Amino acid sequence: MGGSPVGDGTLSLDGFNTSAAALVKRWKEIEVDDFLPDWTWKPCSKMGAPSEVEGYLALEGVYRGCGGSQEQIDENDNSDGADAVACDTWVQSSSDNVHVYDFHVVYSYSYKVPVLYFQGHRSDGQLLTLDEIKHNLPSNSLKVLSESKWTFITREEHPHLSRPWFTLHPCATSDWMKLLLEESKVAIEEQSLRYLSAWLSVVGQAVGLKIPLELYCN
Amino acid sequence: MAAAHEEAAAWSEEAARRVWGGAVPLQVHLHDADVTALPPPPPFLTLGPRIGYLPLLIPVIKAHFSNALPPGVDTVWFEYKGLPLKWYVPIGVLFDLLCADPERPWNLIVHFRGYPSEILSPCEGEESVKWSYMNSLKEATFVITGNSKSVMNMSQADQVALWESVMKGNLDGYKNISTRLKLGPFEEDGLIRTASTERQRQQSSDEPESPGSGKPCRVPVRLYVRGVQEDLEDIEDALPVRDWEIVSYINRPFEIRKVEGRSYITLEHALQILLPEFFNSDTQTAGEVESAAGDSDTMNPSRSSQEVEPASASLREADITKKAKVKLVRVQGIELDMDIPFLWVANNLRNPEYYLHICVYVATRKQ
Repeated sequence: MGGSPVGDGTLSLDGFNTSAAALVKRWKEIEVDDFLPDWTWKPCSKMGAPSEVEGYLALEGVYRGCGGSQEQIDENDNSDGADAVACDTWVQSSSDNVHVYDFHVVYSYSYKVPVLYFQGHRSDGQLLTLDEIKHNLPSNSLKVLSESKWTFITREEHPHLSRPWFTLHPCATSDWMKLLLEESKVAIEEQSLRYLSAWLSVVGQAVGLKIPLELYCN
Repeated sequence: MAAAHEEAAAWSEEAARRVWGGAVPLQVHLHDADVTALPPPPPFLTLGPRIGYLPLLIPVIKAHFSNALPPGVDTVWFEYKGLPLKWYVPIGVLFDLLCADPERPWNLIVHFRGYPSEILSPCEGEESVKWSYMNSLKEATFVITGNSKSVMNMSQADQVALWESVMKGNLDGYKNISTRLKLGPFEEDGLIRTASTERQRQQSSDEPESPGSGKPCRVPVRLYVRGVQEDLEDIEDALPVRDWEIVSYINRPFEIRKVEGRSYITLEHALQILLPEFFNSDTQTAGEVESAAGDSDTMNPSRSSQEVEPASASLREADITKKAKVKLVRVQGIELDMDIPFLWVANNLRNPEYYLHICVYVATRKQ
């Protein structure tokens, strides 16, 4: 049995593990951009003993430019190196504006769905605040965040790391995953396999994480 | 039959009143670095409701220390023996988990500076606590009924009234609103009187379903597993918790399933399912452990190191499973007997967000 039926938009733990393995494998097969690292599976440990069943997916070291840095780089290219001081200035300001993000996908036993946890830090390792993270969010998410401060993106305790991470609230996930999976008319077993890829297409957009389209091609 | 049912209802009401009336005596000291007056102010004595949250005490604590506080405003936080306290965990659970031997009064240090934001989630006062509670209630509702609609559909007035009841420890006000959520009680057959169950019955009248096709009922459970030294004789000798990483927080519902040969689900049985790695009830496993131990006694010194390595590895694994055993289980400050019916505990000792918080002390090897 590859996984439980996902007719109600939820996913079993076995289904999550299977779907995670499929995502890791698929991600390696497609040619992702150089700036996107690989998804890796991280087993969690309790009382020092690693668990064979429980773990989470991690995509770590994703570089994101702050607003405007892309333009600065373009201008730098156009300058033809005429002014050495100007070039140094561009490079410095560009690196200062780089944010590095870690994304974790953790299974929620309560909601029976994956949950996205993420955090960002500057090049010096300083953790980003919510206001700083807003620079990397798409405008749609900024709008929802201003309307639903407490129930959209909040800082919650990471289930495996016992530290605060930003998270997207999972209470509505099964509802929209049900709608999403209803559209794709594939066998039940394959739905479980594709669950995380489909989930990522929505969740990635919400946090400004671009997912390569090749992930969804056969 | 009816009389027995009424008696059970009376006991449940008594249990609820005791849970809601439960409190931890607190002695709150102002952190040395935050004292701006001489002599330092005396500690503040108060009762912390077991089902309440530390940030809700900040107004009265701030009033008590007002003459000695540093200027400006920063997030207030609490500490016990060097450990920042998670404000979103109920006071009673923190006490049960961190005081192996109950400390009365419980000595806490309050800080008005230097919020440890890399360890604690941000807290913006009462509003954060309210939403932490409401989100937990939504989660518990999802666990029990399969969706959060009964909470999402609450009117704004009802939400405010429910939260006010929790904040003030008003059990009657709480029951007036919470009964409308229809989230209990849990019963041994896995059925539960919920709105969705009623809806299913209506559907079944229209469309006959196969018997037993309903989803099994789930109980919202949050476990806090703490390791103590393996050779611990008295619980008061347990070393204090210095880091949250040595506490395993497990947010996992218990699925009610009828077990053959059992008239009811015991607490031990529930914990065996929720924490399988800490229970060695399998006789086969015990036999394997014994045989592994036996092998070490008869080990031939002439055996090559390559052959010895797997034996020692399996011995190490056997040691882990053998030594990691449950020493103590606390719910609402009560050290529960393992034979107690689990669903009675879930129905009567739960917190207002419908979660059963269980503190488990496990004997482990020193790390």
